[in-house]
Amino acid sequence: MTYKAGSGHPGGSLSSADIMAVLYFGVMKHDPKNPKWEKRDRFFLSKGHACPVLYAALAEAGYFPKKHLATFRHLNSILQGHPHRLKTSGVEMSSGSLGQGLSIAAGMALGLKMDGNRLKVFCLMGDGELQEGQIWEAAMAAGHFKLNNLVGIVDYNNLQIDGSVEKVMGLAPLADKWRAFRWNVIEIDGHDVLQIKKAFIKAGQSKTKPTVIIARTVKGKGVSFMENQAGWHGRAPNKEEYMKAIAELNRRTV
Amino acid sequence: MSDLHLKKILELDSMKQQPTRFGYADALLDLGAKDKRVVVLDADLSKSTLTNRFAEKYPKRFFDIGIAEQNMLGMAGGLSLTGKIPFVTTYGVFLAGRAWDQIRTSICYADLNVKLAGAHGGLSVGPDGATHQALEEISIMRVLPNMKVIVPCDTHQARLATLEAAKISGPVYIRLGREPIPVITTNRTPFRFGEAQVMQQEKDVTIVACGLMVYLSLLAAQKLAKDGISCQVINLHTIKPIDRKAIIASAKKTGAVVTAEEHQLAGGMGSAVAEVLAQECPVTVEMVGVKDTFGESGQPWELMKKYHLMDGDIIKAAKKAVQRKK
Ligand SMILES: Cc1ncc(C[n+]2csc(CCOP(=O)(O)OP(=O)(O)O)c2C)c(N)n1
Ligand SMILES: [Mg+2]
Repeated sequence: MTYKAGSGHPGGSLSSADIMAVLYFGVMKHDPKNPKWEKRDRFFLSKGHACPVLYAALAEAGYFPKKHLATFRHLNSILQGHPHRLKTSGVEMSSGSLGQGLSIAAGMALGLKMDGNRLKVFCLMGDGELQEGQIWEAAMAAGHFKLNNLVGIVDYNNLQIDGSVEKVMGLAPLADKWRAFRWNVIEIDGHDVLQIKKAFIKAGQSKTKPTVIIARTVKGKGVSFMENQAGWHGRAPNKEEYMKAIAELNRRTV
Repeated sequence: MSDLHLKKILELDSMKQQPTRFGYADALLDLGAKDKRVVVLDADLSKSTLTNRFAEKYPKRFFDIGIAEQNMLGMAGGLSLTGKIPFVTTYGVFLAGRAWDQIRTSICYADLNVKLAGAHGGLSVGPDGATHQALEEISIMRVLPNMKVIVPCDTHQARLATLEAAKISGPVYIRLGREPIPVITTNRTPFRFGEAQVMQQEKDVTIVACGLMVYLSLLAAQKLAKDGISCQVINLHTIKPIDRKAIIASAKKTGAVVTAEEHQLAGGMGSAVAEVLAQECPVTVEMVGVKDTFGESGQPWELMKKYHLMDGDIIKAAKKAVQRKK
C-alpha cells in the first residue's frame, strides 16, 4: 500500500498488525456486510497514521474490495492518508491529529453504558502518542466514569519519529501510570497471538475499570531492514525494498 | 466616566436586561424535557455557564468533565456517535481556543452532531480581563468547514437559537455573554437560522451587527435619524451560513455599510460581511470592533467605551461611510 502510494507509515502499521488481526478476526463482533450494525463493537484508531493496517484489516474482512488498497493516498481514493469516517466503510472515526482517539472512545463507551448497551469499545494508541496531554485527560475521565466497556491498547514499540520514546520523552513506569489513573493493566508480547487473544478475553471481564493492554511490539515487525528503525516510521519502500519486504512477510505468514 | 454613568446614558436602567447565558440555560431545560438524546457537558464552570440548572434537573445526562476541555470535546464526539446530542459548554476562549484542533479534526472534519456554547464572549466579560474575554472565536470557528456560527443579540434569541441548534445536524457554535444586556426581542420574535433580521428599513446607510452591538446599533440609528441620516439595521445573528441575500439587498439600497461587533476586526463578523460585499456588491464599508489588541480588566461598559464599541462609535462610522460614498 505505502509502496504504491509512494508515502505513508509502514513501521507503526507493522507493529500493530498482529493486534489488529486478532481484534478483527478473533475478538470484535462486527459485520462487514452491515457496517452500521448497531450491535457492533467499536474500534478507534487513535494513531491514525497507521491506517494501512486498518485498511488492510477492513478489506480482508470485506468492508470494501481489496482493489482499493492500491489507491491509498491517491486523488479521489476512498482511502485517505489518515482515516476519515465519511469516506471509508468500516472506519468509525476520523483521526490523524494524535491524542484525540481515547476521548472519542471514552465518550462512546459512556454513551453506550447510558443506554444499557453491553458492547465493547477498543482504542489503539501509539506509545509516542501517550505524550499528548489529552490522552491523560481521557484516561482520568474513563477511570472516573468506570468505563469497564472500554479497552485501550498501547502499541509499545518504543519508537517515535525523533528516536526512541524513552530518549525523546520517557514514559516509564507506564503500567503504574495507567494504574494510577484507575485502569486495569495487562502487559503482553504484542506479537504473540495467543497472549493477545487472552488479554482481550480478560479485558472483557472487567467489572468496574477500563482496561489497557500494553503490548510490547517491534516497529516494522516482519521486515528485517525495517525492524526497530525510526527511519521507517513515515517513509515508503522503493521497488526493490518492497519486493524484499513482501517476500519476508509471505515467509512469515505460511 | 464611570460604568454607572455610562449605563444611564445608554438608558439601560429603563430596559429589561438579562445575560444571554440565561436564555441558553432555559433552552437546555426545555430540551432536556423534550428530548432524551440531549446531554450536557461542562468543564468545571457550570455555575457560571448556568449548565448547573440542567445538571440539577437531569443529573444522569450531565457530565462534568473537569478542567479538561480537549477531552471534553472528544467525549462529546464519542457521545454523538451513540446518537446523543451533546451541548458542550465552557468559556469561549477555552472552548474555541484551547480545543481548536479537537474541534477541527474530531468534530468538524468528522461532521459530528455536537453543539458548542462559548460563554463569556466579548469585552463585556469585564473584570476577569483579557485572558477570559473571548474576542477571536467568531473568526476561528467560522473558518472551519461544516461549522455553523450563531451570535444571539439577547436572551430570547439565545434561547431560540439553542433550541434551533438541537434541530440542525452537525456542529454549531453559539456565542454567549456574561453581562446582562438589553432584551430587544420578545418571546415571540421568530428566529430563523441563517436568515438575518432586518430591524429597520431606511435608506442612507446599513448597519450590520451581532450580539450586544445590535442594541447599540439601534440606539445609534435613533440618534442618526435626528441628524437626518436614516439607517437600515441588520441583526446578523447567524454569521455562518451568512445571509448573502439580505446583505446585498441592503447594500444595494444604501450604498454604505457599517459593521459592528464585540470581537476582533480580523476575521470576525465584519470580515464575513466584507467578503460578501467585496465579491458581489462593493460599497463603502466602515468597521467597528476591537482593533488588533487584547482587552483588560474593567467594568463592562468602561471597556466598551475605551475600546470604541459604543453607539457613538457606530454613529461616527456611519457618518464617515455616508461621507465616503458621496
Ligand atoms: C498532534 C500531532 N502531532 C504530531 C503529529 C505527527 N506525527 C505523526 S506520527 C508521529 C509519531 C508517533 O509515534 P507513536 O505514537 O509511537 O506511533 P508509532 O510508533 O506506533 O508509529 C508524529 C509525531 C501528529 N500526527 N499529530
Ligand atoms: Mg511508537
